[in-house]
Amino acid sequence: MIDPETADAEDAALAAAPWPKRFLFERLQNAGEVFLLTGSALREMPAGIRKMGLVVNQMAAIGLGSMPLTVIVALFTGAVAAVQAAYQMRDYVPMIYLGTVIGKSVVIELGPVLTALVVGGRVSAAIAAELGSMRVTEQIDAMETLGISPIRYLVVPRLVASIVMLPVLTIFADILAIAGGYLVAVLTLDVSGHTFTSGLKLYFKIQDVFSGLLKAFFFGAIIATMGCYYGLRTEGGAEAVGDSTTRAVVASCLLILIVDYLLASFLFRVLFA
Amino acid sequence: MPDSAIEFQGVWKRLGTKVVLRGVDLSVARGECLVVIGRSGSGKSVLLKHVVGLLQPDRGTVRVNGIDVASLDEGELLSIREQMGMLFQGGALFDSMAVGENVGLALREHTPLPERQIEEVVAEKLALVGLSGTEAQRPSSLSGGMKKRAALARALAMNPKIMLYDEPTTGLDPITADVINRLIRRLQDRLGITSIAVTHDMRSAYHIADRIAMLHEGRIHAVGTPDEIQQTRDPILRQFIEGSSEGPLLPT
Ligand SMILES: Nc1ncnc2c1ncn2[C@@H]1O[C@H](COP(=O)(O)OP(=O)(O)O)[C@@H](O)[C@H]1O
Ligand SMILES: [Mg+2]
Repeated sequence: MIDPETADAEDAALAAAPWPKRFLFERLQNAGEVFLLTGSALREMPAGIRKMGLVVNQMAAIGLGSMPLTVIVALFTGAVAAVQAAYQMRDYVPMIYLGTVIGKSVVIELGPVLTALVVGGRVSAAIAAELGSMRVTEQIDAMETLGISPIRYLVVPRLVASIVMLPVLTIFADILAIAGGYLVAVLTLDVSGHTFTSGLKLYFKIQDVFSGLLKAFFFGAIIATMGCYYGLRTEGGAEAVGDSTTRAVVASCLLILIVDYLLASFLFRVLFA
Repeated sequence: MPDSAIEFQGVWKRLGTKVVLRGVDLSVARGECLVVIGRSGSGKSVLLKHVVGLLQPDRGTVRVNGIDVASLDEGELLSIREQMGMLFQGGALFDSMAVGENVGLALREHTPLPERQIEEVVAEKLALVGLSGTEAQRPSSLSGGMKKRAALARALAMNPKIMLYDEPTTGLDPITADVINRLIRRLQDRLGITSIAVTHDMRSAYHIADRIAMLHEGRIHAVGTPDEIQQTRDPILRQFIEGSSEGPLLPT
């Protein structure tokens, strides 16, 4: 409970604190609030999932809506990977390994991370904008007043849809990126189709695919959680919605990269070491 | 049962860097309509939100039927909210749903009523606010006044015993405003609903109020019947009800 009389003094003390302290305090506060939001989302998960219609709508918005973007990003990522890998390998590494390098880098890293970054930008912004404008127009308050939990109705369907759709999009992205690499290799790099596919199969491991999809699962959770968190904590008018949207995108992109490192360390230095 | 349906005791609330409520004491009797007047930004909406537990006091208590709202867990809060209806300032209709779905939402979620009966109740509540046949319309296609009336129908859907109105007539043309005022008064007289209405429309206040309270600088500055308020000598209250720019209150 805040004491209205001492709170001012505490606020002033914090505002006067040097910025590293203030920054740390604010990030810790964000982390605590995200933790609480995640907790309530998990508690409401069983009830929220039963709102199948809402979940399906979100899956369509997140999954189908992001498909065109994913297709383009994946094709070009694969194409660029082929050109640059070939350039780096030239004179040192036999071209049979071109397929190997592309396959592995796409499945483990490029597919899940680039998909998450572009889809995350789009989806966390959309979620933050939608929930933010619901917040400032008092629709969230109205929901609670009607005895309807915004966590159950708004957060859970978005979280579930995002967690399910990110791996699905990642599978598409993997396939398309490899296809893009294949096309560039065969059409422009003088690598035969057979060489490319043999390389691809050479060190193929199912655990690589699993690792990539596990990443996508976590990235899906990050994207929806950041969108919901910044959307729901919007305060003020229309300009506050824009601010929340920006924060959601920045936070989800940063967290995706940080969590990518943590998961990579866990997967390849502990689990599959 | 305690006499007062709603009771504020020494309620303090700080939002952001501003202390909005500074010790509000106020009680609303069962079946009474209390109108809270006050300038924009004086904390009227904040006051209302404490009654439904959307905000909790930093200090003091808000009791509904003798129960401290801030002490309730989620389930208890839900059951107390089912007895309350709130009309939000801008209506707060759900953009993603049609008008009929908005009005029927609480019924669909909280009652076992079959679909046909829900549709009947929805039609009845929409007729009550003069919006028959608008079930399929989107909130975005309604005018400001229609939005407010649809929101009122939604707030009434569960037959609440307590109604909270946040500026029910602001932004409405005088004729629609009169329709709303009469409706509020009728709910009061026929169903014995307890209500708090927040407004700075004095015409509306005199029409619907059993008592009027003025919120000023975070406290209840004065309370009285509409007659008492009209005859007041208090300079602040006088200036406000006369809508004069000359007096102790300065333009913000
Ligand atoms: N969530 C919030 N955070 C910070 N300040 C707020 C918040 N809600 C309201 N306020 C401030 O509290 C004051 C009272 O607001 P409000 O109750 O909406 O006034 P009104 O009497 O016009 O309804 C205003 O100064 C407003 O800026
Ligand atoms: Mg207000």
